[in-house]
Amino acid sequence: MTATHKLVAFESDKTRPDDWNRPQVIEPDGDAELLEVAMGPHHPSTHGVFRMDVALDGERVIRLKPVFGYLHRNHEKIAEGISYLGSMPFTDRLDYVCPLTNNWAYALAVEKLTGQAVPERAEYLRVILGELTRVQNHASSIGFLIQEMGASGTPLMYAFREREKILDLFEELTGARMMCNYMRFGGCRVDATAGWLAATRKVVEGLPGFTEEIERLLCSNEILMARTQGVGILRPDLAVNAGVTGPMLRASGVNYDIRKVDGYGVYNRFNFRVPLGDHWDVYDRFMIRLLEMRESIKILEQALKDIPAGPVMDSKAKIRGFRPKPGEAYGRIESPKGELGFYLISDGGPNPYRYRVRPPSLMNLTVLEDMAIGQNVADVVLIFGSVDIVLGEVDR
Amino acid sequence: MMTVEEIKAAIEAALPDAGVEIVCNPSVSGQHSLRLAPAQAVAVAKFLRDDLLFDYLSNVTGVDWPDKEVAEKVRVTRPVTKTVDGVETTVEETVEETRKRVAPGCLEAVYHLYSVAQKQGPVVFRLKTVNRTDQVELPSLTPIWRSAEFQEREIFDLFGIVFTGHPDLRRLLMWDGFKDHPMRRDYVEPDDFEYEPTAHDQVLARALAHQAASRTAQEAAAPALGAGQEGTGASQ
Amino acid sequence: MVDEGLKIELGKQGVFVTTIEELYNWGRRSSIWPMQFGLACCAIEMIATTMARYDIARFGAEVFRPSPRQADMMIISGTVTKRMAPQVVRLYNQMAEPKYVIAMGACAISGGPFKQGYNVLKGIDRYIPVDVHIPGCPPRPEALLQAFMTLQKKIDGQHLTGEGRPRHLDAEAQGEFPVPVPGEHDLEPASNPGVWTAPVVIR
Repeated sequence: MTATHKLVAFESDKTRPDDWNRPQVIEPDGDAELLEVAMGPHHPSTHGVFRMDVALDGERVIRLKPVFGYLHRNHEKIAEGISYLGSMPFTDRLDYVCPLTNNWAYALAVEKLTGQAVPERAEYLRVILGELTRVQNHASSIGFLIQEMGASGTPLMYAFREREKILDLFEELTGARMMCNYMRFGGCRVDATAGWLAATRKVVEGLPGFTEEIERLLCSNEILMARTQGVGILRPDLAVNAGVTGPMLRASGVNYDIRKVDGYGVYNRFNFRVPLGDHWDVYDRFMIRLLEMRESIKILEQALKDIPAGPVMDSKAKIRGFRPKPGEAYGRIESPKGELGFYLISDGGPNPYRYRVRPPSLMNLTVLEDMAIGQNVADVVLIFGSVDIVLGEVDR
Repeated sequence: MMTVEEIKAAIEAALPDAGVEIVCNPSVSGQHSLRLAPAQAVAVAKFLRDDLLFDYLSNVTGVDWPDKEVAEKVRVTRPVTKTVDGVETTVEETVEETRKRVAPGCLEAVYHLYSVAQKQGPVVFRLKTVNRTDQVELPSLTPIWRSAEFQEREIFDLFGIVFTGHPDLRRLLMWDGFKDHPMRRDYVEPDDFEYEPTAHDQVLARALAHQAASRTAQEAAAPALGAGQEGTGASQ
Repeated sequence: MVDEGLKIELGKQGVFVTTIEELYNWGRRSSIWPMQFGLACCAIEMIATTMARYDIARFGAEVFRPSPRQADMMIISGTVTKRMAPQVVRLYNQMAEPKYVIAMGACAISGGPFKQGYNVLKGIDRYIPVDVHIPGCPPRPEALLQAFMTLQKKIDGQHLTGEGRPRHLDAEAQGEFPVPVPGEHDLEPASNPGVWTAPVVIR
């Protein structure tokens, strides 16, 4: 990936027609009747219970309307009825592939609301866990994408082999494989032992081998290239306007990584690069995830080297039963899917008055129709897979 | 990074009748916000996007502010009759009195803006409906920022704000025949708490209330039914 | 019925004695094909169970079928919302007998942590009969394997005739289950009384 991308996103919008950000309207060839297909909510390629209502002219997609809500489990309503701490385990279940980054985003938002400080060691632990989460999320997301292409098994098995190693680390530190519930306002719940750090170093040492292996296996695979290159193109100006974030946005060539922009936590101490896409297609999104895994490994190596000794909880931090001053705060992080934000309004009580999750998966689906129109119906599955969503976060 | 005051000044310089107010946020986060007049919101949003280059609308949220009974203390002066040394006199006295009034509620939409081009933000602005019942229209900002499309649909679904000018305003999360707006604070959930093995606190209260309600309903409907059958499908 | 001791004795002599019932159940329990059907968080653990480390293929159940017509078992892996419940019942109706259901995780059993949600069904057994419940949020892959073994035991113990025979051998048994309809405030009906009655809470 070179840095020759055009900055189309930042041109002034004044000269454009008013509806430039709407999906393109295309006419079917001839006067054949359109075939309306409801893909989902039970469909092997929809990553869960997602539905797309597709109108087809032969194989060509004329219209695509996503339908949500099949996993709407009222996270926000429940969170408004329980204490701030009580919502922490629920955040695990938002994007259930990467619970630790969800914990982090929520802890960050509450820390903004209350002004709590986080000790150094806890910040480093958060970075380590966040990047491990990113690696396993990108690995399994690549695996699922390739599986949807028809390579059922092998790449996904490789990804899950690596994921199991990382989950074992999570389990050793937090007590749970998936639902870690680890971060707290003003730090982390338990300290990592020297043994855990040594085990993590060992796993991280093995990760470059894994990315190499995946690259050798997939990057120059002819079928993969034929099916993904030039498919599902997302223009950078539309991507920014539609609130697309994360690897999707960077695959469209827009240099926007919240780890760099906000520099939350201790990210500004690490040396890493932001990979950008050139062709804005499905292959770029696949490659971006692969390259981001490498950058994450770089961060992990630096963080594991520099992690200081000290407490993991701020001694003055209140975890339970605190009442923040009335006010509001929006905190966001770069989760593996994109910008994960939490918006909290406090009315001075022990529960948040308003608790809102800004889900990257839902926002990234805004442009699904734009990417799919005019493509073959078989490619819709790939385009959808390259968005990398988790339904728990889409519907909350 | 532009402050809210600078942004307000810039908007007012470009659109003199924009009607922008600053809403102070007393929290330590220091994210103050701007309240826009709904009538000018689209013009202001266009200005924010095209001239101030806030090209990325990150988050749109609904907030429900129900009608609230406010108790306020008022100092009132009134004549009081007193008997001093056997002589009745009327004295003016100031007393503190608590009066209650109903502050009308509203629905609010909160927008968080960032700039990808200039890497700054957030700018928070909010729009307010007139009330919570019949005048719940706000202008849709989907034509300006596409990212509002699903989020405004979600707010329409869960809070009941009607966004005029939205290209496809349907329910997002609940099914189409659903009648309520569940994120409103006065929403009453369907009564389906028949069985709660380890109930405590509010859940226990709800389970007990349900059992009592279904028992009376059942006794009225079929008095011969066994007592062990309580709460089967009687909740609708 | 052949005496168990005699059967072992005959086996030593190279004579294999069995009953139709045993053979039939052995065949059924050794190749349970689950439906490829993930609902929420538990689905990720279900996928992990099919991967190399936990290897569900040891139980003859690695063939995940996307079509309900070809599946023997449905793993309800995650929260069933009220919006999804009609589809779950419909998929269950489309499966061919004999069919089994594993309710995986707290949400599928009772609504779990999301029980207080307005859109969350408080347990899938309100609409369809469940054979094995696995607690946990989410249950570990080992727990899902345990559920498989429990289900295999259940199949092994089923008699082909008489009381408690499998539904497909019982002409009277209910094959289709009514699909709830999303109403104005809730699903209608809120539960299927033929399948589920609220247990009496003893305090």
